[in-house]
Amino acid sequence: MFLQTVLLATLDGLSYGAQVFLVAVGLSLIFGVLRIVNVAHGSFYAIGAYVAASFGLLLAASGLSPWLSYPAMALSAVLVGVLLGGLLEVTLLRRIYGKEQVLQLLVTFAVFMIFEDLQKAIWGVSPYFVNTPLSLLGTVNILGINYSLYQLVVVPAFAVVVLLTLRYVLRSTRIGRIVTAVTDDREAAAAMGVDAAKVYLLTFMIGASLAAFGGALASGSTSLVPGMGSGMIILSFAVAATAGLGRIEGAAVAALMIGLGRSIAVYTAPEFDVLVPYLIMFVVLLIKPQGLFSVPQTRKV
Amino acid sequence: MRPEVIMGAGAALALCVATIIAPWATVMLTIALAVGLTVLGIVILLRAGQISFGHGLYYAAGAYTVAFLVNARLSLDTLVLIPLGGFVAMVIAIAFGFFAVRYRDIFFAMINLAISMVAFSLLEKLYHLTGGGDGMNVARPTLGGVRLGRVAFETWMFYTTLAVAAVSAFLVARYLASPLGKALEAIKSNETRLEYLGVSGNSALHIAYAVSAALAGMSGAIIAIVTGHVAPEFAYWVRSGEFVFISILGGSGNVVGAFAGSIVFEVIRNYAAAFAASYWQTILGLSLIAIIMFAPDGLTQLRLRRKVRP
Amino acid sequence: MIRKSIGALCAAMLAASSSQAAEKPKELVIGITTFLSGPASVFGVPGKNAADMMIADLNAKGGILGVPVRSIVIDEGAGANQLMSEYRRVVLNEKAEVMFASVSSANCLALAPVAEDLEVPNILWDCSSPRIFEDNKYKFNVRTQAHTGAEMLAAALYLVKNKPNFKTVAGVNQDYAAGRDQWALFLTALKALKPDVQVVAELFPKFGAPDYSTEISRIQALKPDVIVNTSWGGDLDTFVQQAAARGAMTQGTYVFPLGESSLERLGNALPAGVVIGARGDHYFDHPKHKSDAAFQDFVKRYREKTGSYPIYPVFHMSQAMSAMQKAYEKAAVDNKVPWPSKEQLLAAFKNLSFHGLTSEVSIRDDSQGLEDQLIGTTVRNPAFNFATLDNIAIYPGKLVTTPIGQKSAEWLTKIKSDLANDPSIELFSAKQ
Repeated sequence: MFLQTVLLATLDGLSYGAQVFLVAVGLSLIFGVLRIVNVAHGSFYAIGAYVAASFGLLLAASGLSPWLSYPAMALSAVLVGVLLGGLLEVTLLRRIYGKEQVLQLLVTFAVFMIFEDLQKAIWGVSPYFVNTPLSLLGTVNILGINYSLYQLVVVPAFAVVVLLTLRYVLRSTRIGRIVTAVTDDREAAAAMGVDAAKVYLLTFMIGASLAAFGGALASGSTSLVPGMGSGMIILSFAVAATAGLGRIEGAAVAALMIGLGRSIAVYTAPEFDVLVPYLIMFVVLLIKPQGLFSVPQTRKV
Repeated sequence: MRPEVIMGAGAALALCVATIIAPWATVMLTIALAVGLTVLGIVILLRAGQISFGHGLYYAAGAYTVAFLVNARLSLDTLVLIPLGGFVAMVIAIAFGFFAVRYRDIFFAMINLAISMVAFSLLEKLYHLTGGGDGMNVARPTLGGVRLGRVAFETWMFYTTLAVAAVSAFLVARYLASPLGKALEAIKSNETRLEYLGVSGNSALHIAYAVSAALAGMSGAIIAIVTGHVAPEFAYWVRSGEFVFISILGGSGNVVGAFAGSIVFEVIRNYAAAFAASYWQTILGLSLIAIIMFAPDGLTQLRLRRKVRP
Repeated sequence: MIRKSIGALCAAMLAASSSQAAEKPKELVIGITTFLSGPASVFGVPGKNAADMMIADLNAKGGILGVPVRSIVIDEGAGANQLMSEYRRVVLNEKAEVMFASVSSANCLALAPVAEDLEVPNILWDCSSPRIFEDNKYKFNVRTQAHTGAEMLAAALYLVKNKPNFKTVAGVNQDYAAGRDQWALFLTALKALKPDVQVVAELFPKFGAPDYSTEISRIQALKPDVIVNTSWGGDLDTFVQQAAARGAMTQGTYVFPLGESSLERLGNALPAGVVIGARGDHYFDHPKHKSDAAFQDFVKRYREKTGSYPIYPVFHMSQAMSAMQKAYEKAAVDNKVPWPSKEQLLAAFKNLSFHGLTSEVSIRDDSQGLEDQLIGTTVRNPAFNFATLDNIAIYPGKLVTTPIGQKSAEWLTKIKSDLANDPSIELFSAKQ
């Protein structure tokens, strides 16, 4: 019975955990390189979702193959990340790298507020739902329960692909090693002649694209409503902090913990499912103040 | 210190005049002053270079303390309820501080965020105790032993809040100028050196944390009494973010900034809501960016600097 | 001292002004609190759009008693504190004579005492908490629509009448005060009507949850005969879409007491056979009123303006507007004055009957509105690209509303199962 509950909870938690991972990993990456906690990250998630949904509706209206909605998701993620993320980095963030962390955080908070209104101005307040991706793939029956292939396989698979790609890029390519170097010690990296400005811009665009991709995947299985970014940003903060800021694999583990924790709670103690992410974060930070996968830092005198 | 006193006294006088000229603004200014108390608490932590993204917790603690006490029909007076709100918040902060002050920078912000979000979820969850998302109504308590009508109560609540704000500002200014307060600046600049001097950074921060929570608790208590309603959103992260926002708006350099920022914020927000109901967030966001870009030390520092260097 | 005497003067002036007829103002300013931001703007914005259209119509016909109406909209999404200070500002500074509050029950509970305090007539235009008038006595507040008790009882009556043989029920409701109130009252009514009913799960997913995987798995495992979900807006859409994609929408009877507001958006995802409520008798294809000229004209213009069919907040707004207009006119006639005072206006609301776009609503002595409740079952209709309602039952407000002086939570325990067959219930079916 217990094993069955765990299995079912795992299956239930996968899709949610995968989405949270995609958003949190972008946040973590940006923090690792730019040292900015980007509150506007939640907006990229929301805008990515809205853009993907708009593409989805466009596809449906034009009568093209519904399978194109998958590439459309990737396209909208890249568009949002590169255009909007790039614009934000170049016009605003670039000017505040020298400032205190508090101020940087607040600038992104301000951007978040502006983006909230922007979303409403463009997409209105009525919930959007494009169910093409969800209904396209059908279901699979496990232990007498139907699961949608989209939520059970597609979303987690994309998350795994992103995770593996990021790992590969960061460990085995030149640009990745530069990014890693900046994450670990940016002064030393700068001293070695790394063009920080370029690395920052690139990282920010990638991070924003990941959030937007998380949103695009979510648009296939959830309603897009005003304020959806606000809930997600706080959850991905929890994941990133639990994992240790800047830790990619850690984010995957923490996101999975939160996804599973939530669904186990629904099975065993439904009263507490809302508390789960924060309790996990709280307990982890109590035991490991810098997060699960943090590297020890030396204090500078 | 001196320009602060002059500024503070001038501002207080201006506020009193404002409530007489525009009586409808009394409640708005009372709320602004009350919120200013929480911001003052944030400013203390900012001295140590720390931000709390979870002070909504202490604000809510003060507010719910009042709500519970009033609904328990103990007929406590406003002048008792306000310090009690501060006290309860402070006790929570002292207990929680044993963990929180071990963290610095973004982790300090995060751990505060986590605990405030737990509090927020609990306030929503414990529906039978807290009214859940509906919150609780707070019937108007007596003020100074007198049961007042709306207009008189609003007026006297304004003066009460002004007095609490003035006394708090004065005490906090003294605290920040004391060695204990100076230790906070050392946490920001170089904590390791501070510890070589035999001062525990954690202890200094713990005290600052408790004081700042007490201020937030009083602030929440006043808000509960003035608006007659408490809700879980008091502990929500956006609310906590606003407090930090206001502290930057006013400038963390002096204690008057907290209240100046708070009044400016309340005015911007009210006018934004009145003239562009759908775009108030954009207006606030743009003003915040403008402040950080062009007056990073806040509105009050902008003024002071001009005076100091003619 | 000076402040005190100014206060006394103000109070004296107020007292003087309210005792007799007021002077006719140049315009009638009303304040409307509604959601312009956040998830509940899915109700708030249609409500505002409706108010704009109706005020324009009203002013085109010369306003109320010849006075044009101007509205000031306040965003409920900005948080309770901000809402309350805006509310005060609109009453005290903008001199609003009547306030409309609000979409959220939480905000109504917060604003009702404020309205008393400010002595401004406050029309509760869309919120549904029964506690407002059951736990308090208010002078300045009046509700132009039903409350949760009536809405849930109607849904429960419909369910036991149309699906008499179910044994097990599960609830999936949003985890906030209104969601819990709704479920509690529904369950109370259901247990009174059908004492042997078995509750197999009570789930409260987070408000605004993006993912219901676990809840849907639980439903599939437990196989309840009936699943009740009082969610609305994006939450209900997400639940239905995810459940439909997993084939869970056809395994039991679903009851969505607020489902009318999601019909058009859900399109093909909503199958036939789902029980849908409308928070009143609100439905764009209302069996009794769809051929009224005013109804048809409004639905057409609303669609042209917004691209959607009107949903229940639109109808609630029409009721509040109509109640206000009727009350002013009645007060002017009753007191033979060109413009009624505040007291006269409040007196006129008592036992007022009016109708918005749909059936007549009347206001009781306790200021609670008696509003009919429309419940139906979805069918696939080739004329629309979304599910529409058939087998509609309309429950008279008087039948399903908790009597004056009683609390819904208690009264609902005492109802009898023959209530479901009361002759005053009107039935409409396409087959007839």
